[in-house]
Amino acid sequence: MSTTPLRTPLAPWHESHGGRMVDFAGWWMPVQYSSIVEEHLATRQAVGMFDVSHMGRLAIEGPAAHGWLESLLTRRVADIAVGQARYTLVTSNEGPTGVTILDDALVTREADAADGTPRFAMVVNASNRDRVVAWLRSRLPAAGVSFADRTAETAMIAVQGPLAVSTVCVLCGDDDAGRISGLGNYRATRAFVAGQPAAVSRTGYTGEDGVEVVVPAAVAQDVWQAIHDAGAPRGLKPCGLGARDTLRLEAGMPLYGHELTASSDPFAIGLGLAVNLDAAGGGPRQFPGRDALARMKAAQPARVRVGLAFDSKRAAREGSPVVVAGRDVGSVTSGSLAPSLGHAVAMALLDREVAAAGTAVDVLIRDVPQAAKVVPLPFYKRPSPRG
Amino acid sequence: MAEMKFAKSHEWVRPEAGGLATVGISKYAVEALTDLVFMQLPPVGRKVKAGESLGEIESVKAVSDIYAPVSGEIVEVNSALPNQLDTLGADPYGAGWIVRIKPDDPAELAGLLDQTAYDALVKS
Repeated sequence: MSTTPLRTPLAPWHESHGGRMVDFAGWWMPVQYSSIVEEHLATRQAVGMFDVSHMGRLAIEGPAAHGWLESLLTRRVADIAVGQARYTLVTSNEGPTGVTILDDALVTREADAADGTPRFAMVVNASNRDRVVAWLRSRLPAAGVSFADRTAETAMIAVQGPLAVSTVCVLCGDDDAGRISGLGNYRATRAFVAGQPAAVSRTGYTGEDGVEVVVPAAVAQDVWQAIHDAGAPRGLKPCGLGARDTLRLEAGMPLYGHELTASSDPFAIGLGLAVNLDAAGGGPRQFPGRDALARMKAAQPARVRVGLAFDSKRAAREGSPVVVAGRDVGSVTSGSLAPSLGHAVAMALLDREVAAAGTAVDVLIRDVPQAAKVVPLPFYKRPSPRG
Repeated sequence: MAEMKFAKSHEWVRPEAGGLATVGISKYAVEALTDLVFMQLPPVGRKVKAGESLGEIESVKAVSDIYAPVSGEIVEVNSALPNQLDTLGADPYGAGWIVRIKPDDPAELAGLLDQTAYDALVKS
């Protein structure tokens, strides 16, 4: 089946600024404008800006919204404060193991409505949006929760890098700038950015400090251009999906469809923090697939997620087999040259017995064995993370 | 200098004195690949058929085969190139040459695109 890819409100800008456009998860998106390596390094050293409007943005509100989310998400949200964001999985209780991971998502509690009604925003992967929306809708109670897919009417811009926050703050009034620069990680606020109403969160997918900014679709190009112009003198580059992928890989962040799949054991891939089996006060929580996840947590996984470092620049790709002494011990889930490190890296699922840091393995790259070593994740950590 | 010809898969080939043919990849191909990180050359002495892979070139995003534009024997490779891939972008038709082939049938060259036809291909 081939359908015309969806266009974000920023697609015309990408096309008129040299973006190499491809169909990604049904969206017409730039892979790169200049060079993936240059865009990657600009994000590490100054600022990179990314159109991430293809990601699904869902709005959930109503008197019963809080309890409803608590009953559906692997991550505890009963105790989430206004302005707080949490990384979670969205699961159903289907499948052979009793749990299917439908997506990973970021859920944010926004300021309550004027009448005190709680409001939440959820960001989901473009590739999973349809099925997550269908799943959540199928679980809606008869009353008390309103659910809306706001993807088409908004745009989302990720501004990432050591100069990202100060670049965005240039475009805000003093009060808003102060609030944004004071945001802790995984905290969110509302502000006017370049004069437009925006939801701003201290989040991202690059391993750098930065923010993600959601604005109405109609003003997306104005806000994008303003951020671009404010950042350009400080080394900002617009970045495509290519750099987004190399940045998240260096930062050791999983990508749904690669490290994380419908049948993953989250504890084996380092996502145990996204699963709260029990309530804060003790006692089991009740979300779909909870008991299956409890069994996974209690068992030893056969294969675990590791980092692999190569001496050469030649990259392993998803599916490359990993061998030790001629024995198959796992396979690569993502791989690339790491532009910040100057050599290739990969994430892989490996047998537990060979997963210790320092273990020497061979990765078959187009059938040719390439030496690699198991290393701790992440591959790259920013020099001085904010406290 | 004899006329340079192009394969639809973006390799160029130029007949040299002594009946050899020099092969590289076009400026268009180098610019489309960007961020080159790795190149695999064939061993000298290997025989290739036109359209067969004679090596590979890898960018951050993907791996691409380099196809032989004509059939023949590889008689020389630019062994310095894999360690200075920037040369491919700086001088794709000169210092960025990849291999020299002794063609089995010099008439094969006639079936390739000339500069005008190749330019039209990459513009379309």
